[in-house]
Amino acid sequence: MSKPDAEIVQFDNVGLRYGTGKEVLTDISFTLYPGRFYFLTGASGAGKTSLLKLLYLAQRPSRGLIRMFGTDAITLPRERLPGFRRRLGVVFQDFRLVQHLSAFDNVALPLRVAGVSEREIAKPVDEMLDWVGLADRRHARPATLSGGEQQRVAIARAVIARPDMLVADEPTGNVDPEMALKLLQLFESLNRLGTTVVVATHDVHLIRKVPESLIMRLDKGRLSDPTGALRYPPRRPSGEAGRPPLGFAPA
Amino acid sequence: MNAAALFGSLRRSRDGEPALLSDTRTADPRLGSPMPWVIAIVIALTVIAAASGLALRNAAARASADLNGGVTVQIVTAAPADRNHQADAALAMLEKTPGVIDARHVAQSELDTLLEPWLGTRPGDTIDDLPIPALIDLRLAGPATPARVAALRARIAGVAPSARVDAQAAWLTPVFRAIATLQWLAGGLIALLALATIAAVVLSARNALVNHRETIEIVHMLGGTDAQIARVFQHTAAMDAGIGGVIGLITGTVAIVILGRQFSALGSGMVGGAALGWVDWLVIVLIPLGGVALAVLTARLTVLSALRRML
Repeated sequence: MSKPDAEIVQFDNVGLRYGTGKEVLTDISFTLYPGRFYFLTGASGAGKTSLLKLLYLAQRPSRGLIRMFGTDAITLPRERLPGFRRRLGVVFQDFRLVQHLSAFDNVALPLRVAGVSEREIAKPVDEMLDWVGLADRRHARPATLSGGEQQRVAIARAVIARPDMLVADEPTGNVDPEMALKLLQLFESLNRLGTTVVVATHDVHLIRKVPESLIMRLDKGRLSDPTGALRYPPRRPSGEAGRPPLGFAPA
Repeated sequence: MNAAALFGSLRRSRDGEPALLSDTRTADPRLGSPMPWVIAIVIALTVIAAASGLALRNAAARASADLNGGVTVQIVTAAPADRNHQADAALAMLEKTPGVIDARHVAQSELDTLLEPWLGTRPGDTIDDLPIPALIDLRLAGPATPARVAALRARIAGVAPSARVDAQAAWLTPVFRAIATLQWLAGGLIALLALATIAAVVLSARNALVNHRETIEIVHMLGGTDAQIARVFQHTAAMDAGIGGVIGLITGTVAIVILGRQFSALGSGMVGGAALGWVDWLVIVLIPLGGVALAVLTARLTVLSALRRML
């Protein structure tokens, strides 16, 4: 576990291009601290998903430096990637559920990958499915679930192993407002337990529900500073007096 | 329910050795339903090739052991009286020769039996009138090396000038060479069949990797290791090879038992020595296990090699 004030993620002049195309992310610099709640906003095509891919180690940057959990993530040997990934929870925009597994087995997957014994798996997985309102669909395969139900399974899978950092790409895009609020409460609960949460969304109402959150805005592959968090020294959000400095390192 | 209750009961296991993914039914990569049948055919052919190689080795070893110290002395002269005289003299001398453990004048009746297939036994046949060489069957202590045969030849020449001395093994040298060639052929076939197994498993594993690429990526993203993923493929390869191996072993065994019976019916002395011993049968029974090991190792190396190219 990271030390309370140590940065959990640090990006320094990171750029990303796919193949020989133009850069989809340019000069991205920021720092994420443990136990904070971040929103990543931006129009479609601004690079949100690409930035999240860098965050959950599915993509290496074309340039720049990335440190995660106090370690250089660029030169991280491949054998150490699984250990880092187990500290992350990811909600993919397209859910990425394993189609031949039931909702229960999909949610249980991170625990099984991490070596948790079968007798320790059933209770938390059932509780999690109950939390996301899918207790009665535990045996259902993803193909038989609606988009919203699949999204809730994906969220349950992302948070079941209580990750150090949760990265969610449009996690409420397919659910009704009531369920969106409930899922947000789940993220906040996780956040209160110390998990850093990064949610990519363009749902303004969702952002407003978490007043203490910090916002990163991507515009054509560049990070902007709508909340002043990128200023130096970083702004302390209202009501944050006495807490360690929040937000982002100087660009 | 609060979040602490929701998350609090979990045991974190970031650094420990993770459980087998195969236990979790995380992924279900089928190496292709034809695989067990391909393996069965390969194992059946391997069993037949191995049994043939082992039987040939046994036949050669038995014949070689029988003939190893054997020497034949022929007294080749047309005059019966001289022939008998020389044969008696040679026999008397050989019985006193060191290193000779047995010397036996082959009886005329035995010669008649040996010649019967060619000359017949009808009344009136006059085999006795034919100038058939007198034969002395010698057993030496130890192998009949060319040097020992030459020494014997020199000694016999003094008492039986018409004698020809030959090591019995020398007559079968071309047969032994042919058997050795057939054994190499059987070994080559087994090697080719092993390569065919490797190729089939590699192709199936690659196919399964492509079909399950998305699942593999998900498992990777959730912190699954290459070894965990490879174990799922190894398990499938082991199952396919195991099922195929049993079918192949049964099929191959039935074939060699039928072939063995047919060869036994030939009644030839050399073929009779080709019977398989219990060690040979043990080797044959171990062939499917070798197939499973080869399939598992091939699947593991193929999958790990492919996974290393993924992030």
